[in-house]
Amino acid sequence: MIRTLMAVSALCFSMPVLAKTISVEAGADAQERLQEALILAEPGDVVTLGAGTFELTDGLSLDVDRVTVRGAGMDQTILSFAGQLGAGEGLLVTSDDVVLRDFAVEDSKGDGIKSKGADRIVYHAVRVEWTGGPKASNGAYGIYPVEASDILVQDSVVRGASDAGIYVGQSKNIIVRRNTAIENVAGIEIENSYDAEVTENLLNKNTGGILVFDLPNLPQMGGHNVLVARNAIIDNNTANFAPEGNIVAGVPAGTGVMVMANRNVHVTDNAMINNGTTNVMVVAYTQKFDDPKYDPTPRDVYIADNIYGRTGYAPDFDGGAQLAAAFGGALPAIIYDELGRGLIVSDEVPVLGLGLTKVGQPVSEAKPSLYKNSLENAAPLQPVVLPAVMEERLK
Amino acid sequence: MRLLIAAIALCAAGFAVSAAPIHRTGQVADAVIMADVMPRKLAEFGFFTDASGWQPNRGVRLYRLNSPLFSDYAEKYRYIYIPEGQQAVADEKGVVQFPVGSALIKSFGYKIDGKDRLLETRVMLHRKGGWIALPYVWNADQTEATLKVAGTRIPVRFTDPSNVVRDISYAVPNKNQCKECHSLSGAVEPIGPKLRNLSPDTLDMLTDNDMLKTPVEDHPAIPDYMDDGMPLESRARAYLDINCAHCHNRQGSASNSGLFLTYEEQSPVQLGIGKRPVAAGRGSGGFSFAIAPGQPDESIMLYRLKSLEPGVAMPEVGRSLVHQEGAALLSEWIAAMDSK
Repeated sequence: MIRTLMAVSALCFSMPVLAKTISVEAGADAQERLQEALILAEPGDVVTLGAGTFELTDGLSLDVDRVTVRGAGMDQTILSFAGQLGAGEGLLVTSDDVVLRDFAVEDSKGDGIKSKGADRIVYHAVRVEWTGGPKASNGAYGIYPVEASDILVQDSVVRGASDAGIYVGQSKNIIVRRNTAIENVAGIEIENSYDAEVTENLLNKNTGGILVFDLPNLPQMGGHNVLVARNAIIDNNTANFAPEGNIVAGVPAGTGVMVMANRNVHVTDNAMINNGTTNVMVVAYTQKFDDPKYDPTPRDVYIADNIYGRTGYAPDFDGGAQLAAAFGGALPAIIYDELGRGLIVSDEVPVLGLGLTKVGQPVSEAKPSLYKNSLENAAPLQPVVLPAVMEERLK
Repeated sequence: MRLLIAAIALCAAGFAVSAAPIHRTGQVADAVIMADVMPRKLAEFGFFTDASGWQPNRGVRLYRLNSPLFSDYAEKYRYIYIPEGQQAVADEKGVVQFPVGSALIKSFGYKIDGKDRLLETRVMLHRKGGWIALPYVWNADQTEATLKVAGTRIPVRFTDPSNVVRDISYAVPNKNQCKECHSLSGAVEPIGPKLRNLSPDTLDMLTDNDMLKTPVEDHPAIPDYMDDGMPLESRARAYLDINCAHCHNRQGSASNSGLFLTYEEQSPVQLGIGKRPVAAGRGSGGFSFAIAPGQPDESIMLYRLKSLEPGVAMPEVGRSLVHQEGAALLSEWIAAMDSK
């Protein structure tokens, strides 16, 4: 008897499994039912989430390759973590070829959705929101893929993150496209990553719109090849609400795009309007660090063909008001600390050079002058191409 | 044919669990350990001879660690099972490599109303395809433990070592959370059984029973972090190694943090000294460094260790209380660091 039953059970594993759909509805015991579905799903399965609010008590996690988690729409299927008792994020994904789409994660205690080492992940039309608006007590990141290759985040909405709405860290081959980030500290942040395209997103009412950063002492460093293009970066003047100690806590309110310690970053064809400190800031990492492999300077940044609205009228950094006064009441549309090399600005807008000579030097020691635009073209970046199967999964 | 239909129905329901009857013969069920199934009941493995999970079966041996992971003051009972006639081997780093067919079993419980009660028993099974970790939860009558792949929470009232009565929502981890801590480069691996962290009597037991092939002298033991006769530095590093380094290492779940807390780590900044946070969010507590030398109360590490808030508290799983003794130890260690 034992032997037959074991053979039967073994059959479940060895038989070619047809992809199946596992439906989970909101209601009592949502935590256990949904988590069990995510554990028992097999590669190729679709876990569908019904309309309604799932009241969750702990973090959820998915560790099975090729699973799609699909809700009834980002405003219909809501995973609420308001009553969460444990775990560092709402949903954690650690497997490859996963598609997350058409649901919302609300009020998670830590990050919203984190995917770690999850290659070829697709986030499509998900919403991650802290419903109380911008607060330091909100979780750090909304959509948080890290340490992965081939990442697609599109048509998603993120609001209220106390660090970055969409944060891609230590990854390669990344497309972040057509998303909306509202009232986060950073709308979108690409950090310590290679080959990324951030295009056609709306950044509104964040502290800073789009950040392209590189930080020391991390397994992957040397961020490069990042395209920031065709984004609408408008009214990003929310007072910085990041908890102190985090690098984004130093981002001035009113920053459109900030490029720090990265190489080969192109900022082109964006509309940058009404960002009170500046539309584009190109700077070195300013903190003390101990890492011989780390280059803190910005290199080969190319700024071209952007539309510039009003900016620089409310600079949010020490000495900013005096600087603005010296420039007739508003800072120029672009600020460069002059600690890097190869900055090309081919737009006909004034560029403030801070004339700093040493990494880590305070802005109070700046020797400001107008940086000379070169009006030349840089060679275009290689387009980021994701495996075709990722785009197909969206159909 | 009917059998096949039943099999297919079982598969279609998505439950890859077996329903074999309770194992009652006098030995561990090697076939159950090895089969590609998730047995519904702990008893199917035959790890214990009694229904309440206290009497280890033949070949299942109790072992102890020098420094244990803090788990809300739960009492933990650890067992090793190695199939008869086989041996474990320690690699050059002293990590014990168990033969396929081995199992590590850990029961968690508290003394409640004067009686020892088990809440859950976690098993790690070394199968042909690698390790698998499964959580089993005991019933109220303590007669049966049942698989809970999705984990659960159990309200518990107990008295802690300093005689404080605690009411906690004890969290049994789900299968994925087992892996979050037990993952090394994405695969499930045991954490505790390293030669340096196995207690002297455990090492004797393994050697005496021919369960371990490697000479043990080459791997100096790490101390019991509660033993204040040992040097502060090595106690603190032992604490970090067993409580944090399972995630905070270069191949672990927290690899992206750049904070690496293994016993071997040499780089002060990777250990957190003067290291700024990367993705801590509100976990920073407003502080700038994981460890601010000389200033435990301004160190993110201590802030997170002393927090109970999800999203801030570290470790992220397995803790709903502050480990006062552990926090005091790390606080003393950081306070003693040169702050210049």
